[in-house]
Amino acid sequence: MSDLRHISRREFLKRTGQASGGLVLALSFTTACGPAGPGPLSKGAASVAPNVYVNVRNDGVVEIICHRSEMGQGIRTCLPQIIADEMDADWNQIELIQAIGDAKYGDQNTDGSTSIRNQFDLLRNAGATAREMLIAAAAAHWGVPAEDCVAREHAVHHEASRESAGFGELVDAASKLEAPTEAPFKSRADYRYIGKSMDTIDGFALTTGQAIYGIDTVLPNMLYASIERCPAFGGTIVSLDDSAAKAVAGVVDVIRLPDPTSPPVFNMQGGVAVLASNSWAAQQGREALKIEWDRGANGAHESATYRDALLESVTSDGNPVLTRGDVAAAFEAANSVHDAIYYAPYLSQAPMEPPAAIAQMTEDGGCEAWACTQNPQAAQDTVASTLGVDKQEVKVHVTLLGGGFGRKSKPDFIAEAAWLARETGRPVKVTWTREDDIRHGYFHSVSAQYLKAGLDADGNATSWLQRSCFPSIMSTFDPAATGPGGFELDLGLIDNPYDIANMQLETADAKAHLRIGWLRSVCNVFHAFAVCGFVDELAYLAGQDPKGHLLKLLGKPRQIDPADDGAKYTNYGHPLEKHPIDTGRYAAVIEKVAEMAGWGRVLPERHGLGIAVHRSFLSIVACVVELSVDEAGRIKVHEVWMAIDAGTTINPDRVISQMEGAAIFGMSIALHGEITAKDGAVIQGNYDTYPVVRMSEAPDAIHVHIMQSTAPPGGVGEPGVPPVAPAIVNAYYAATGKRIRELPLRNAGLT
Amino acid sequence: MAIELTLNGESLSLDVEPDMPLLWAIRDLAGLTGTKFGCGKALCGACNVHMDGQVVRSCVLPVSAAAGRKVTTIEGLAKEGNHPVQVAWRELNVAQCGYCQSGQIMSAVALLERNPNPSNDDIDAAMSGNICRCGTYTRIREAIHRAAEGPS
Repeated sequence: MSDLRHISRREFLKRTGQASGGLVLALSFTTACGPAGPGPLSKGAASVAPNVYVNVRNDGVVEIICHRSEMGQGIRTCLPQIIADEMDADWNQIELIQAIGDAKYGDQNTDGSTSIRNQFDLLRNAGATAREMLIAAAAAHWGVPAEDCVAREHAVHHEASRESAGFGELVDAASKLEAPTEAPFKSRADYRYIGKSMDTIDGFALTTGQAIYGIDTVLPNMLYASIERCPAFGGTIVSLDDSAAKAVAGVVDVIRLPDPTSPPVFNMQGGVAVLASNSWAAQQGREALKIEWDRGANGAHESATYRDALLESVTSDGNPVLTRGDVAAAFEAANSVHDAIYYAPYLSQAPMEPPAAIAQMTEDGGCEAWACTQNPQAAQDTVASTLGVDKQEVKVHVTLLGGGFGRKSKPDFIAEAAWLARETGRPVKVTWTREDDIRHGYFHSVSAQYLKAGLDADGNATSWLQRSCFPSIMSTFDPAATGPGGFELDLGLIDNPYDIANMQLETADAKAHLRIGWLRSVCNVFHAFAVCGFVDELAYLAGQDPKGHLLKLLGKPRQIDPADDGAKYTNYGHPLEKHPIDTGRYAAVIEKVAEMAGWGRVLPERHGLGIAVHRSFLSIVACVVELSVDEAGRIKVHEVWMAIDAGTTINPDRVISQMEGAAIFGMSIALHGEITAKDGAVIQGNYDTYPVVRMSEAPDAIHVHIMQSTAPPGGVGEPGVPPVAPAIVNAYYAATGKRIRELPLRNAGLT
Repeated sequence: MAIELTLNGESLSLDVEPDMPLLWAIRDLAGLTGTKFGCGKALCGACNVHMDGQVVRSCVLPVSAAAGRKVTTIEGLAKEGNHPVQVAWRELNVAQCGYCQSGQIMSAVALLERNPNPSNDDIDAAMSGNICRCGTYTRIREAIHRAAEGPS
């Protein structure tokens, strides 16, 4: 075997035709060292965990712990790409383990498109420190300086002596070392996985029915629960007759949940649970409940009158949050003034998997839950407060999520399962029906936006007033909240990029009557709809090409700081120096998307192109839509083009897929999405009354370009959504000369 | 009452209320969770399975209607999970969250069995009963074409 002395591990495996395995690797090393070497690496420790995200086993497998929730955005593929790359680990020797909720992992709230943009450095560090620890172990064993060793191909190499040892072999030696807390990152040129379109890690499970979602977990002796809730949010039970429900075959118990408290936060919202030996029996029992409700303080909420209230509020004096120049004087001095109101309704996230969770009490009085949650630590908190136990006594397992879109950040449904598990003393699975999901969710706000521009003789905007009015997310946490505030204003209002000398941005009050939550891209949805639509209006008023006008309005490339105009702006939690509002980057995506779409080309009759650009979650997306309007007035979206500047990206194919999905999600918002209320209750209930885009409406193609960039990563899951709806209404104007300022288009008979 | 049917090639006797939708019998009683609940009203297709080779919406089909029939779920589509449609789905990384994809795949397989070379219009017609909230439609179209072409 002497000819094996100086061959690499990979070469050894190739020559011997062996698959990787602990024994083979040990033999390789022992032989290579020979009797004069430092001796074999011992196999004592089974594994070593350099940090909470990595565990290297002595069989060579690198376990990577995914502490973020997978809901289709691809984090279970992208997260190990980063760690494995920094470790120089072999992709085929990775095992991905989904983390439970635990503060030791840091932030696990998979929300706000944060996984990569907030944790790229953390994940790189996890991989890099693991790599350095294995290098240190090898170097110590060989008696050589660590800086002379490198990690490559799942092994550590000392080039001068041509020694090498696989990661698995180094586990025991590494287990005797202190793990470093920081380590240098690889250079960009050396990336193996970052920037590559690795296949979806769960691809096989997702196509064979083996993937386990929140609705799929099964425990022995489990009860299935279906819960009837008050039609109006915050209402209570006047009387309950459950005799017929209890007579349904398979029904085991009927339990009243505690009345809701204010503010709702993430708590249970009351109701009556029917528990049965299977889902169907629970649903049938629930149908048989006779409940008289007191609809409570929100029982009079009605969308048409609420719309009037929003319109009145948004056209009254507002609360300024950004002031540049003097808009009032500029309006006086303007050659002409143009104003408009944009209106967009409540929306429901309606993920394909409705909220579902299973919980059981543990012998020591704690609780263990399995759920499709975007935020397992919030689930721990909510279950703990619901049961009156310590957070440490609540264990939350994160399943795959059948879509999230913000709904599954709120663990109310997990609290319901936990409460019922304690009441029954048995494991309980709570599955929301689609009607439950659409009627009792945390809704994306209905919104009215007032915009007013003063124009000079050439039609150029010299002043801009925008007033934003919607019931606030804050109301879910603070019953005193009276309207928009805090971070909501940072989502497409205060970060206005346009080079207009006089600007005033304001809020207008709106009281909440439903639980207000967030939906993919949050307030950016209605802010972008209004701003991008109004900018397009100004282009036509000025007789200018919308794309050229957009570039002109952005002005010369520059970086904007809303603080210069007295605004408080948090920039998605990042300093502007690192993630600037850079109008040059806006212009670049506009130019790119226009080139892709053939902007300016001659279109068939009744066709139109519309363009929109919006920055959100630290990324900028420009979108062009081509649609046509048939003789009956119905819209067909033919193609969508999107250019995204998300800084550094990890997996281009997952970025592209997020843009494709955002195009469809944005189309659903533009064409169909609307939640309305009557007598405090949501009217819609399923995909018939709350339609979403189907295959027959999907564009022929969605073209995506990712701007090459070495800037720090921005978000990807959400930023594709905001520009889509305005690009559609702008394209509709181009095709028809009719301006639409209210969503969804379905209401105007256009779908 | 006892309902007897063939599920993924195996005989099964279920002691069940006859009006229970096939979906819940498959999921809660037979223990196969690859078939999904999405709407309960035959609107979204997440629950699609094959019964005697035809696509049915298991969330509204009473289990009694499956008595004596052959039911195939996503788990029974191909032994190694390598039906050409499944392979094409993986090659193109169609799935995002994946929740609707069992139903999408069952619809696509049935489409290709009756129309081995569908046009985009054929696909749109056959697949419009299946909602994907992640918006994977353009990739689904492409994957169906790829599966129709056979192994490259």
